[in-house]
Amino acid sequence: MIEVKGIDSFYGKAQILSDLSFSIGAGEVVSILGRNGAGKTTTMKSIMQLVRPRNGSVTFNGTEVVGLPPYKVAKMGLGYVPEERRIFTDLTILENMEVGRQPARKGVPEWTIDLLFELFPNLSERRNNRGKALSGGEQQMLTIARTMMGNPTCLLLDEPSEGIAPVIVEQMAETIMQIKKQQLTVVLSEQNLHFARLVADRAIIIESGQKRFDGTFAELDAQPDIQEKYLSV
Amino acid sequence: MELFFAQLLTGLANAATLFLVASGLSLIFGVTRIVNFAHGSFYMLGAFIGYSLMQVLPGMFGFWLSVLLAGLAVGVIGVIVEILVLRPVYKAPELFQLVATFGVILVIQDVALYLWGADDVLGPRAPGLKGIVRIMGEPVPKYDLALIAITPFFLFGLWYLISKTRIGILVRAATQDREMVGALGVNQAWLFTGVFFLGATLAGLGGAIQLPKGGADLLMDFNILAAIFVVVVIGGMGSLPGAYVAAALISILNVFGVTFLPQSTLVLMFVVMAVVLMIKPYGLFGREEVAGEHGQVGEPERPIKPAGLKVRLLVAAGLLLLALLPVFGSDFSQVLTSDVIIFCLFAASLHFILGLGGLVSFGHAAFFGGGAYVAALLVSHVDAPMEIAFLLAPIGAGFAAFIIGWLCMRLTGVYFAMLTLAFAQLIWSLVYQWGEFTGGDDGLVDIWPSAWLNGTTPYYYFTLVFGIGGILLLRHAAHSPFGYALRASRDSSRQAEATGINTKRIQWAAFTFAGSLAGLSGALFVFSKGSVFPTELEIARSFDALIVIFLGGVKTLSGAVVGGASLEYAKDFLTRFEYWRLTLGLIIIFVVIVAPEGISGTLRKVAERFGIIRQREGES
Ligand SMILES: Nc1ncnc2c1ncn2[C@@H]1O[C@H](COP(=O)(O)OP(=O)(O)OP(=O)(O)O)[C@@H](O)[C@H]1O
Ligand SMILES: [Mg+2]
Repeated sequence: MIEVKGIDSFYGKAQILSDLSFSIGAGEVVSILGRNGAGKTTTMKSIMQLVRPRNGSVTFNGTEVVGLPPYKVAKMGLGYVPEERRIFTDLTILENMEVGRQPARKGVPEWTIDLLFELFPNLSERRNNRGKALSGGEQQMLTIARTMMGNPTCLLLDEPSEGIAPVIVEQMAETIMQIKKQQLTVVLSEQNLHFARLVADRAIIIESGQKRFDGTFAELDAQPDIQEKYLSV
Repeated sequence: MELFFAQLLTGLANAATLFLVASGLSLIFGVTRIVNFAHGSFYMLGAFIGYSLMQVLPGMFGFWLSVLLAGLAVGVIGVIVEILVLRPVYKAPELFQLVATFGVILVIQDVALYLWGADDVLGPRAPGLKGIVRIMGEPVPKYDLALIAITPFFLFGLWYLISKTRIGILVRAATQDREMVGALGVNQAWLFTGVFFLGATLAGLGGAIQLPKGGADLLMDFNILAAIFVVVVIGGMGSLPGAYVAAALISILNVFGVTFLPQSTLVLMFVVMAVVLMIKPYGLFGREEVAGEHGQVGEPERPIKPAGLKVRLLVAAGLLLLALLPVFGSDFSQVLTSDVIIFCLFAASLHFILGLGGLVSFGHAAFFGGGAYVAALLVSHVDAPMEIAFLLAPIGAGFAAFIIGWLCMRLTGVYFAMLTLAFAQLIWSLVYQWGEFTGGDDGLVDIWPSAWLNGTTPYYYFTLVFGIGGILLLRHAAHSPFGYALRASRDSSRQAEATGINTKRIQWAAFTFAGSLAGLSGALFVFSKGSVFPTELEIARSFDALIVIFLGGVKTLSGAVVGGASLEYAKDFLTRFEYWRLTLGLIIIFVVIVAPEGISGTLRKVAERFGIIRQREGES
């Protein structure tokens, strides 16, 4: 579904990703793991074209996306949930979700506001509250709900568990499992190995913008040195 | 009481136009973050196009159809401007685009001159609404009543569009985080274009709808500019009800001003604005802006280093050339070069607060013209010797900057810019309307230098010494601890505060210093021309300096100087032609698009590529 081949990404002169390649199959839930500053967010942004890779290629369902404006990538069915949440604080919950709305897509069940409110009951209660009046966890739910309104076939989730109370993290894992049941492909950036293990089928570990590991959690458990070296346990 | 009520109605009728135009400006700014100086030009075009349409479309139906079509035509012009001029420069540093919109003003001025001629156009009266109605015995034009009735519909329609429709939601979301809106699958380029269309249409409607009251002329663009900025700022950026209330407030005050205080009409508006902003810094209905969001001028610059040997030699050679000019140059070339030096000093003083301080002032002419007027007033009222007047001019301008700076310093970004504009207009209108003291429109004349500076060459050297001296002083200040503290306050005010720098105080001091050097250039100016007129305090004068800085390159002082020299020489050359504004406007737009780093930044890149100057760290 997503094919990343040899991308190099930069912020100005600083090279963040070098020769990074991996692929994500349809229906998979893959977790990108790595320490702070490893380049997880940059990888997500490079897929979404919020950062344009200087070399290499990113294809989505066989179509090259490098060079496209982000809105076109989003329209192809890639849903991006940013790490910093970036909800529209002056807009209400309903309005935030409206911004994300896109027509239904073939092959995935359509998400409606009601379905999403079922998934995130907290949001339902506060549907007419402005974004700035929400707690951190509620904001995180809203970013996910907002992106789901676009009926994506593949979801890029950047550290959804960051800064959220453990109870809510469990809830979040539950939600992602439900989303997964809808045949959605999910790419999840995480530092929290526990959370990643709960939801993901496979792990990709990056460090200094390079891939260090790619395999199942069972394979990862068999190589404790890798965990030690690239993940702050 | 009857008169009072009738005047209230006149004020409300006048508010219609002001509200339409100002709400368009506010909308465009809210989403694109572009301060569209060309908005007054859209308004003017609306009036002229409406006038032409009314000549061919008869009757009541034709009148209102003309108004509507004029609005839509201007909307289309707005779209063309957005696509051709602004799209290429969205990525450029914020506020850079305003220079492009200034180029658009110049182009539209000449196009209007070509199409409609230089004479004022008397607006046709609205068929079916020609007469008056007596309300409590006072005559009220029927058309005024129609305007009063129409405006709320526009207000409601716009409000509905913005707060209830999907488009409105997207627009509001884009106001906050354009990139995120794009990442959610919305083509924001078209959103911008759409907003520009709507904003320009509103301006065009405003221009056409006021035809029966005000007609059309070539000065409309600048004449309304200050007023709509004031309305937007008083009402609060992006607030539609705010724009309506502010438009009504300003218009009503204006009508009463004409009756009861005819000397104060122009001043009144700015006094109201200053008072409102001092009580509510973000306007009546505005919400607090995130600090630093709009004040950003370009990317963090490379560290300023002392000039290298080659650059020093180049500067020395240039100075030598200037010093020898009287030997080989004509009188005319000396006068022209004096003008250039004076203007460069003015621009350099603005650069000091804008480039180094990140304080975008739209009203720097207040201090240039202020200095000129201080000197001229001293000479004509107390017969002060030229030397004393010359000395007191920068002090006077510095004092004005000290006061205005204190009043403006609590604001940031565009609000700061607007407030400086308002104070500059306040000073302008004082000078303009207080005729007995300042000469008003006739200016002050016979302000000549002392005998020892008589003649072109002596005064040329005088200008050279003080002009270049002033520029070098600015440069010296930029490299002093004061200059470093100023830049620290701009780049990261919180960190600067943490290291014990009182950022506001530093900026205030810089504002005062820059004001007094602008005053120095004004003093040089007045004695070289022998006269001064209110034009030296006008918005256009402030914009001249702004353009020069953005075109020259915000990041370097040399940019201001190079830009200043280019603009003055270009103007001198171009003004010999009939449609010079068009040419200059196109040149400005061209430079903005091809050289978004400004002339000096681009020259530097070229020079670096060819190895003329050393590449600096962190640049490719
Ligand atoms: N806008 C930027 N400009 C310059 N450098 C940046 C920018 N954003 C990130 N970086 C740098 O790029 C590197 C990778 O950042 P990235 O955000 O991809 O890391 P991450 O793995 O997501 O980290 P975290 O777990 O903290 O979110 C870091 O060294 C960071 O400092
Ligand atoms: Mg990250």
